[in-house]
Amino acid sequence: MGEIVELTGLKDGEPVTCACALGDLSDFESVPVDRRVMVIGGGITGITSAIDLGNAGYQVMLVDRLPSVGGRMLQLSETFPTLDCAQCTLTPRTVESGQHPKVTLKTSCEVEELKGEPGDYRVRIRQKVTYVDWNKCTGCGTCIQKCPSQGVSLFERDAGRMTAIYTLSPQAVPNKPLIDVDRCRYLQLGKCGVCAKSCPVGAIDYEQEESFFEAQVGAIIVATGFDIYDWKNKMPEYGGGQITDVIDGLTMERYLSASGPTAGAVVRPSDGKVVKEIVFIQCVGSRNPEFHKSYCSRVCCMYTAKHARLYKHKVHDGQVYVFYIDIRSTGKGYEQFIQQSVSEEEIVYVRGRAARIYQEGEKIIVQGSDTLSGRKIEIAADMVVVAAAMVPNEGAQELADILGIKCNDDGFFLEDNYKLSPIETGGDGIYIAGCCQGIKDIADSSAQGSAAASKVQVFLSSVRRQNQEAV
Amino acid sequence: MKYPYFPGCTLYTKAKKLDDAGRECSLKLGFELEELPDWTCCGATFPLVNDQHITMSGPTRILADTKDQGNDKLVTLCSVCFNVLKRTNNVMLNDEERRAKITDFIERDYHGEVEVLHYLQLLRDEIGFETLKEKVVKPLTGLKVACYYGCLLLRPVKEIGLDVMENPTIFEDFIRALGGEPVEFPYKVECCGAFQAVHSMDTATRCSRDILRSAKNNGADVVITTCPLCQFNLDDRQPEIQKSDTAFSSIPVVYFTQLLALALDLSADDLGFERNLIDPLPLLKEKGIVA
Repeated sequence: MGEIVELTGLKDGEPVTCACALGDLSDFESVPVDRRVMVIGGGITGITSAIDLGNAGYQVMLVDRLPSVGGRMLQLSETFPTLDCAQCTLTPRTVESGQHPKVTLKTSCEVEELKGEPGDYRVRIRQKVTYVDWNKCTGCGTCIQKCPSQGVSLFERDAGRMTAIYTLSPQAVPNKPLIDVDRCRYLQLGKCGVCAKSCPVGAIDYEQEESFFEAQVGAIIVATGFDIYDWKNKMPEYGGGQITDVIDGLTMERYLSASGPTAGAVVRPSDGKVVKEIVFIQCVGSRNPEFHKSYCSRVCCMYTAKHARLYKHKVHDGQVYVFYIDIRSTGKGYEQFIQQSVSEEEIVYVRGRAARIYQEGEKIIVQGSDTLSGRKIEIAADMVVVAAAMVPNEGAQELADILGIKCNDDGFFLEDNYKLSPIETGGDGIYIAGCCQGIKDIADSSAQGSAAASKVQVFLSSVRRQNQEAV
Repeated sequence: MKYPYFPGCTLYTKAKKLDDAGRECSLKLGFELEELPDWTCCGATFPLVNDQHITMSGPTRILADTKDQGNDKLVTLCSVCFNVLKRTNNVMLNDEERRAKITDFIERDYHGEVEVLHYLQLLRDEIGFETLKEKVVKPLTGLKVACYYGCLLLRPVKEIGLDVMENPTIFEDFIRALGGEPVEFPYKVECCGAFQAVHSMDTATRCSRDILRSAKNNGADVVITTCPLCQFNLDDRQPEIQKSDTAFSSIPVVYFTQLLALALDLSADDLGFERNLIDPLPLLKEKGIVA
């Protein structure tokens, strides 16, 4: 210990391919432990941390349980308050994380066990089965085109469908497909094998088994993000998921996205008709301490205003209603964005909660109250979008147990001190960033991603100094 | 099997048909409702302010009597009595300070030992809908039933806990056990107008109209309820609704125990249908349920 080895890095003129950042651990292991960092979660926060650390010369392993990085942001259409395209902003960063000589992507991987001590952790990782040999696969996509099995898309949510062999999105990094075992005809019934027959390099491997490896790192950043509250099962008053044309905000993102399944057209999921009257309901499951989540999900006011505006840009004669409790628009330029939505886009803001949603014929009836006029109102809409609460990602508690991170009552990771050390956890060398710590928007998430990267550098340099002093 | 039973005042008068049928059916189903001796008014409303204790003294006395007679359960049929007794019992069980005040005042020793059961809950949890299904003699085949819950049977859900609040299914499961066909309608847990009928008849009429319209639009032949006040509003408001909406055609509103009695082959003559404003007999005859 203590010996400083020459760092490997990007040499001039040396070609860097995506494949070299995948799988191969020799680069990763060629640097001393106190120059290696693991980032868990490949959303905007984790990617920011990984690239920052990579640029600072640290060797980073970016682990994600999904088959490609990009996280939730890649699902978004345009982002508030500037309305720039989420994919256009994010894709350069996902590609950079995939091609960065200092960043090794480990997707379809989950953390199993943590051993060791701060500055010298050993993390056992489970490489999940993909049924595709990613070292052979060229990402040509022939298998996806030929696959005969279809189902609801993980990425497009209720808005679109995907094949049994899939990549999460057309911009997937790494751009390598995997097979969903539950939908694959060959793996379920033993008949089909179309992907194996069509693959020009023979990368399909139905016999593949999961594997494990251990990574030795000095520090860990956890950025596991958020999921959407299970409103379909927990809120029967809003149709309980039984009304096809009641969707959540994240699904609406896919409808509004130019790269989404409808190429940006806002149509009813049930019959494909253009939506002429649309109701947005904010605080669905949020700010409801009696039955659901007591906290404010922070970004719904803004994304609902954004949805409403984007909808109006697409359907000029459409009518928009937004049910709100109050508007929380505390970011830079956010309030102006809301004001503009109300005054220029003719969006009707109704102050009150919606009590019930039900289907009557082709229409969706929204019953609610307008607390400013004190009246009960009923709106017959074509589609309803619920801004459902955001919750910690599934499995966050299990990961917290493995890493020794504490969680609050709502399952968000607990920071050391909310104001003065929001990135630190109780344990040295383990940091949290992004929505896993608490709901935040993209701007705050990337700020925390960078903050975590800088905290790691401070921590690892102190480890390095101690090691040198010990020698 | 005997269960102590609290009928309550309305079931002795206006809602006699709810009570009669309930008792008769219990015998057919192999249990007996034994009327609690010397019972008094349940209080009719549960106090909504925390420092109002006097209205809880009545229900507490009823519960204490039940316990002193060696019972750990008390069955009710009326949604209002059920609501008041159940919520009072929760206070006795969980709120030491309020319990001490009330039990000191009525000079009884009671700590919430009795479990308050609604008849419907008894059928589901103690008898079982499967057993009920086996005991059905004349299934309600082809009868489309709108199961109207109202509020007091379910809310507040954390205190009552009979079923989920927004989309309960106990009533539908009950109707299926009787061989009937429950229809889904979005107004099944909406307010019937309740006591608004006393001072704002228009409001009550409007509330009832929306519920009945929704039931009819979704294909219901008949509406069932557990609550005398719901039955009153939904049944008795119909002539008024027809005055403002000539297209509205009436729909019978009956107690769940009346349908239960028919399915168990009790005589329709004894079920008090003559006291319904909208006579259900023509419909029941048409469906072949009543000869």
